Formats: sequence, C-alpha cells, structure tokens
Amino acid sequence: MEAVGADGADGADGDGPEEAGQWRRVQPALLTLWRAVLVMWTAPVVLVAALLPVLLGAPEWALPALLPLALAAWGWVVLGRVCRSWRYLERADDLLISRGVMWKQLTVVPYGRMQLVEVTSGPLDRRFSLARLQLHTAAAATDATIPGLAPDEAERLRDRLTELGEARSAGL
Amino acid sequence: MSTQGEQHGAPHGGTPGSPGDGPPRPGGFPPEGRRLHPVTPWRRAWAPLAGLGALVTQNPERLRDAAELGLVPLLGFTTAVLAVAAAYGFLSWRVTRYRITETELRIRTGLLFRRTAHLRLDRIQSIDITQPLLARVLGVAKLKMDVVGAGSHDELAFVGEAEARELRAELLARAAGIAPEAAPAAGEAPARQLYRVETRTLAWALALLGTGWGALLAALAGIPLMLWLTGSVFAAAVTGLPMAVALWRSSVGGFLTQYGWTVSESPDGLRLDHGLLQKEHATVPPGRVQSVRLVEPLLWRRRGWVRVELEVAGAGHESGLLLPVTTRAECVALLGRLLPRVDIEAAVAAVRPAPRRARWAVPVWWRGYGHGVTEAVFVARHGRLRRVHTLVPHAKVQSVRLTRGPRQQALRLADIHVDHGAGGTATARQMDAGYAAAEVAAQAERSRLGRRAARPDRWLT
Repeated sequence: MEAVGADGADGADGDGPEEAGQWRRVQPALLTLWRAVLVMWTAPVVLVAALLPVLLGAPEWALPALLPLALAAWGWVVLGRVCRSWRYLERADDLLISRGVMWKQLTVVPYGRMQLVEVTSGPLDRRFSLARLQLHTAAAATDATIPGLAPDEAERLRDRLTELGEARSAGL
Repeated sequence: MSTQGEQHGAPHGGTPGSPGDGPPRPGGFPPEGRRLHPVTPWRRAWAPLAGLGALVTQNPERLRDAAELGLVPLLGFTTAVLAVAAAYGFLSWRVTRYRITETELRIRTGLLFRRTAHLRLDRIQSIDITQPLLARVLGVAKLKMDVVGAGSHDELAFVGEAEARELRAELLARAAGIAPEAAPAAGEAPARQLYRVETRTLAWALALLGTGWGALLAALAGIPLMLWLTGSVFAAAVTGLPMAVALWRSSVGGFLTQYGWTVSESPDGLRLDHGLLQKEHATVPPGRVQSVRLVEPLLWRRRGWVRVELEVAGAGHESGLLLPVTTRAECVALLGRLLPRVDIEAAVAAVRPAPRRARWAVPVWWRGYGHGVTEAVFVARHGRLRRVHTLVPHAKVQSVRLTRGPRQQALRLADIHVDHGAGGTATARQMDAGYAAAEVAAQAERSRLGRRAARPDRWLT
C-alpha cells in the first residue's frame, strides 16, 4: 500500500487533472510477474532456436535466435515503463485510472455509476500476492481495471467503492 | 436461467395481499398465469420442416436420393416430422405461461429445461409490438420487452392483437408507477399524433441515399465483369446476389419497413408505428434515452433533412430509428419532448472543429471531427460526407475516457470517449490535448451534477 507522492516522478507529464489527493501506483510485484511471464514464453523459443542448429551441426543458423532475444529484451524494458505508468486516484466523486506509454488512456468513473466491483486473483497473482480490481458500469465500453494491487488494498478499495457507490447511486 | 438473477429468490407473489396473488379479478391473472395465443405452436411446427428442406436442397445429391425413395415414404416421413414438431410445439405452448405481478412480469417456459424469467417492471426500457404479415392475417402480435440484461427469449409470441395492446398499456402503466389496482383499468393511454413521414418524402430521401446507388453501381459493374471474366452465369449470380440484397435493403426493403412512419405522444412515452406489410409498433418511455444521433447524408443537407436515431438502454428497439427522415425544425421540436432540457440547435452550434494539425493524423476526414458541450449534453461530430452528430445527456454518462496514441502524442492531440448506458460510446476525436484533458475533468463534474437533476426512473411518481 505504498502511496507514491502526488503526480511526481517519471513519465507523469501531467495528462491527468491536477487534483488534491494522491496518485497511487500499483505494486512493483506486478512488474516481476509480467517479466516472469515474458521469460516463461520467450526462453523456450530462444533456447530451441539457439541450441537446435548447434546440435544439428550448423551453428551459423543459431544467429536468428538473436531476434526473439532482442524482442524479449525490448519487452523487458517496455513492461517496466508500462507497469510504472499504471496509476489511480480516488477523488471525492470519481475514480481516475491512468495508464499507458505509447497508447495513453485516462478513465474517469463516477462512483454513482458503478454497478459492480470485482476483485479477482488468479493462481499466478496469488503467488506474487497480487489482486486485480475491476469496475463495471452499465456501459460495456467502460474499461476500468487496476491490476497489481496488494490484496489488502484491493479489499479496502472494493469496500470503499461499494460504499461510495451506494451513497451516490443513480439510476440509468 | 433467470434474466434478473437477484429476483430469482424473491418470495412468490411479492408482498402478502398483493392483487397478483388474490382471487383473480375480472380480466386479471389467474395465479398460475395466462397462456399465449393458441396459434403459437404452429410457428414452431414449420421450423424443423424448413430446416430439413434447406438441408436437402443445399445438397443436390441428397435431393436425388430423396426422390428415389418414392413419393409415399417421403410424404410419410414429412408427416411424421410435422407431427413430432407439432406435438413439441403444442406441449411447449401448454407449459408456457406468463403473469404480471406487482413488480414483475414472469414468463415461465421450457418443456425439458424449465426457465422462469422475471422481468422487473421498473426496468422496462421500451415495449415493441410486432406483427409480421402472416400474424396480421391471423390477428396475433408479438410483444417484446426491452429490459436491461434481457435476452431475445423474453418476448411474448404470440398473443391476441387486442390482448397485446392491453398488456402493453398495463405494463407501461405499472412501469410508470401508477397504483397497481388502477393499472389494469388505466387502459391504453391516449396518444396524439406528432409527426408522420410522408410517403413522397420517404421515397425521395431513400433515393438520395448514397448506399442504394453504390450497391446499384457495384451490381451493374460487377455482374457483367464477372460474366466476362469467368463466362459462367452461376459465378455472376453468386456475386450479384449480395449486391442485390444490399440494393433491396436500402431501397425497397427500407421503404417497406419505414412506410407510414408515425410518431405520437402519449403519457407512456413516444409511440412509433410503421411498416407497410409487417406492422411494427414501439413505445419509448421518456427519460430512457441514453443517446441521440442526428445523421445527415451528403445529398440530404441541401434540403435540410436529417435522420434521427436513438439509443435506449436494453436490447434496443428496431435499429434505434426514431425518424427515418425529417426536417431540422421538426427534429428539434420532437427531441425537445424526449429530452426537455436539451436545446438541439444550441448543441449543434456549440460544436468546435478539430485543430488544423489533426490533418496529419487523419488526412481528409479530420474536417468532420468536432466536439461541443452545452449545459445538458455532450456533442461529438464525425463524418465528412455523411455527417453524424452524437448527443449524450450529461446525466446518462457512465464513464469518461481520454486516449492518446503515439501519433496523437506527437501532434498534441487526444480522443475523448463518453460511454453511456446503452452500451455505446460517443467519441470526439483528434481534439487538442490540453483542451481534451480539461474537458474530461469538466465532463466528469458535469455528469455528476447532471445526474442530480435527472428525473427518477418511474416517471409518473
């Protein structure tokens, strides 16, 4: 539950409305999880591409293995930036979620519009003690998800959001 | 499965002493519910036969096999299929019942898998009555309820014509919050005709649409080309068929469904009646409109014509069309009744175009993009040939999003998306980034205030 200082640090070039309150970051464990998944998917490909030509006696054909390796290295860096870009802010009447580096997105969901708050935690998430919070409104296009919350924080947020949602509830 | 899950466990019959559970009042509901019209089974009986026919004709070899069987076994087989289908239809008709309680419409169906749908009356968005040609001959109609989260199964097909009208009146009266005892007696609310699309105007409007001419042109160019290239009539016919369908849809088909389009006002909301062969009838209660689209195709603009489309929460009635063609002034007057606090002229006038540098992001079409805001609505404009204004009342906004792709970041541009309850999104594209960020913040505030001023769900209470 680390509250990183208001809209400071890297990449936050003020595309979110400046407000009192604190932008919170997601857990750094999320980055570890994402990178672990990345390695899990790319390592076998790289290994097979690198070792198979050597075993078959044509070592020069191991060079193309550098391509997935380079892609993985690039992914490693990109994941770091993307993960750091996830932020959320609880304001008096709405929740702001900001994310993305290349494709930036800022979502504003008023508390009164929330139909359902969902906290999910898959086996991998639990391994890294993470939880994912998802807000549903009556609009299917609403894309409000916060991955990589600490379970306590996810529960606190869920309870607070449902409470606020009930207090400010409005019809369709 | 129940469409309203949370209602499933509700005690049968609601509060004690509710009229729905009491002794059946004259014209009221027996406790076990009413049945659909007795012609209903026949609708289901012919379906398997048609399926069989399609299966046989699709494969010519099977057709030959079938012919070799001889006429008598073939007839016998067909009769057997028909009998089984009829029996199934009859039995499923027998177990299908519906009743209106104080808060819900309950439909119980299913021969093997029992399914009970409880549709909450205060969540009804609109009620449509449809009468296909055959149903008109038989004097029956299909009643379709739009409830948030309901599927296509939740329709009453078929009930008697008079009964359908009564049911619609009662459902709408209850949904509006009229006292339950008075609801059956309230009857059909009086309607006053507001607007009728003249046949000549409709024909001209359809003739001036680009899509019909496009399909015709494609057919005129495509079919001979195909014939010349392959020399096969079959190939030409195969390519020509979809074009012919598109042509039919945008011209004659559109004319048949939109013929005699009448909008009338009643305390239940706006009533829409239309159709030459297949009569359709829809009611849009007030306060349920999530978004309005004004569509102005290129060739209509000189005449000042506009098509008005609505988006209503729920499954959405027939393509969301409110008026196939009307003048700007009529459209403003009509929408004034649906959205009383919205000034359409002001909203359209408030639209500001995208900045000039947007031409590097979207070369020709950037001119079409625009965004505007009034006290009551968010307006987004797009389209260059076919200009579309999308209006979302602030009170209906579910969430606001700001997105920026890589090229937009380089050009300091951003898109504003406004999601509304009908599952749609109004997008103001290629706005100045600073302006967009300020607008998103302001929009969140506006929709919060707009909701406070919004009317309650039960519009007569």
